[in-house]
Amino acid sequence: MADSKRTSTRSNERLAGWLFIAPVVAVLGLFLVVPILMALWVSFTDWNGQGSPFQSGVPFAGLDNYTGLFAHDGLVRQNFMTSIRNNAYYVIVVVPLQTVLALGLALVVNNRMLKGKGFFRTAFYFPSVTSSVAISVVFLFMFANTGAINEILGFFGVSGPQWFADPRGVLHLALDAVGIVDVNAPPAALSGHGLLGLSWWDWTSGPSVAMCAIIALVVWTTSGTFMLMFLAALQNIPTQLDEAGLIDGATRWQRLRFVTLPQLRPTMFLVLTLGLIGTWQVFDQIYVMSKGNPAKTTLTPAYLSYSTAFRDFDYGSGAAISFVLFLIIVSLTLLQRRALRERP
Amino acid sequence: MKPGRLVTAVAAALLLTTTACGSGFDDKAGTAQQSAGPADLKILIASSGPAEAKAVTDAAAKWASASGNKATVTPAQDIAQQLGQAFAGSTPPDVFYIDAARFADYASVGALEPYADKVTNLDDFYPNLRQTFTYDGKVYCVPKDFSTLALEINTDLWQKAGLTDADIPTNWDQLTAAAQKIKAKGIVPLAMGDTRDRVGAFLVQNGGWWTSADGKQATADTPQNEAALTYVQGLLKDGLVKFPKQLDAGWAGEAFGKGKAAMAIEGNWVKGAMKADFPGIKYTVHELPAGPTGTKGTLSFTQCWGIAAKSKFKDQAIKFVDAMTAADQQMEFATAFGVMPSRQSAQAPYTAKFPEDAPFIAGAAYGHGPVNAPKMDTVLADLDTGLQSLATSTPKAVLQRFDKNAKTALGG
Repeated sequence: MADSKRTSTRSNERLAGWLFIAPVVAVLGLFLVVPILMALWVSFTDWNGQGSPFQSGVPFAGLDNYTGLFAHDGLVRQNFMTSIRNNAYYVIVVVPLQTVLALGLALVVNNRMLKGKGFFRTAFYFPSVTSSVAISVVFLFMFANTGAINEILGFFGVSGPQWFADPRGVLHLALDAVGIVDVNAPPAALSGHGLLGLSWWDWTSGPSVAMCAIIALVVWTTSGTFMLMFLAALQNIPTQLDEAGLIDGATRWQRLRFVTLPQLRPTMFLVLTLGLIGTWQVFDQIYVMSKGNPAKTTLTPAYLSYSTAFRDFDYGSGAAISFVLFLIIVSLTLLQRRALRERP
Repeated sequence: MKPGRLVTAVAAALLLTTTACGSGFDDKAGTAQQSAGPADLKILIASSGPAEAKAVTDAAAKWASASGNKATVTPAQDIAQQLGQAFAGSTPPDVFYIDAARFADYASVGALEPYADKVTNLDDFYPNLRQTFTYDGKVYCVPKDFSTLALEINTDLWQKAGLTDADIPTNWDQLTAAAQKIKAKGIVPLAMGDTRDRVGAFLVQNGGWWTSADGKQATADTPQNEAALTYVQGLLKDGLVKFPKQLDAGWAGEAFGKGKAAMAIEGNWVKGAMKADFPGIKYTVHELPAGPTGTKGTLSFTQCWGIAAKSKFKDQAIKFVDAMTAADQQMEFATAFGVMPSRQSAQAPYTAKFPEDAPFIAGAAYGHGPVNAPKMDTVLADLDTGLQSLATSTPKAVLQRFDKNAKTALGG
């Protein structure tokens, strides 16, 4: 008797629960899950953008759009691999830089001795709340050939590069500067052989000069947001811990390294994950500032997916690129979770 | 709630919604062709500016009230993307601009109605413009106007370099000689865009082109093309030609208008820009220098009035296009926003009214349209990448790379 009553209460609750989340399920399903499934279908077809992709005449391509990105020697694979290379260098530079900068800013703002905390907090956070398009345009002016950056460099006697017209990779330039290789005559061992449509020389270019300008912009805009997250975490750490360290005779650096940082581990994971996802999806800065130029060195998978679908009407290939990008992000996030796991 | 059941429930909900969507997306078979009665034409234009938008809107309103139809003109933000979405949703505008470079993409997927033979006096349009809008031997749509490239010379800088009218280059050697004299005075000789849309002119002047005339074969790797690119490369290496980005300009016309270069290779749109942004600069316009064999060459750019194959008002749409491309209407557009009429019968009134445009009009006879084959956009973008680094790369490698990529795109 009591048992059956409990079950019926339970099932009532279950029904009520479903009712309560029904609007969200419907909205998310309709505007998130269904479009994703439709895009997945498009990635298996050669749909040319005429009419619906679900009508009978649309040619089914199977995995062709995916194999085209990896297996067939051609422009599609070359563009895709170039975009992967560009974005990988971008991630490798941006994520550590913005994390360290954000942590540094948070430590400064969290300092009890600092006067005018509110001002600095706002100042550091300000770039994050400004429209990325507006900031991109301002950076275009700053990095112009006779812009502020090159004027400052010129003041120190350095002749600045033509930022957005310079496709040379910084790794190549660095190697050239120490005399190991010549940028204009790459060693045949590297340029003659390659992987997945790009020569080793191309793979090892590093971010281009143009990409560096975009990297500077992104680090500057996003570190404010992440600073806020670190700041919240820092303020949650009881001061007693720090004081205990002080009593034990730990130096300032030891307290940061062995007391504060371990406490920040969950926030660190959050910041790194959000940073990783955000940097792999970079689109608006590219769209506004460079459109993949010069010489495709700022091409990223997100922008390539857009241009393949909406410029070339190759919707299948464009959708396939975005799903590969999705897989890259998911697997990297899983790897990172594993690396940052707390060891017992 | 067990996770298994949750998944089932969500999946069921999804399935329901997808089927609902699917039916909504399906094309209604056999859209009724409503040819009689008043039409409601939707017209999407890629406007070059407020002047064009106003002129086309006014002309459409005039046509609408005279013919008893309705015509709504919408200037597009990004016409390629908006058209792409409209075709995907099966609700394309009835009439729209199509750029010559993208024409084949639309024609090859059956988005366009091949109406050109129903237009009054089709042969009156310049032959090379008609060729531009031909796909599989059929003229699809008629050009609304056209532009060609010419050489602009800054009068003051020209004199400063000690040059006279006799030095105005008519062939490559003279161009090099004049440029060297200008450079000796510390002035940048020539500003030119770093894409196929400018560099390609040198190929035409040397009797070559990227593809065969029917657009079915890649023919970039020829001695003529290699010689043309080598010539341009020489200009770049010697600092006789600078790309706009090197001069801190968005395009060559801006660099020219700011007085950063003594010459520029741009189209007739440069007129409007100079008048609006740099009214103080004195300049003259001349035909592009000819190649070593005396072949004149330039590039022509054009857009056509496309009519959607799925339009419900095709007959009225054709009548509308007919009215928009009548010689006197083209003259009105020419006056309003500085384009050149695409009908040969409008050439005499145009040159009478705008005598300074003679070099641009002359280009109509020998101008080459863009590569008009489908699926070539990425290949051409890749070519532009090669051209941007022309100063340091090998011309032959650039051409071979184009041929390889184009072959794949053109299918054999």
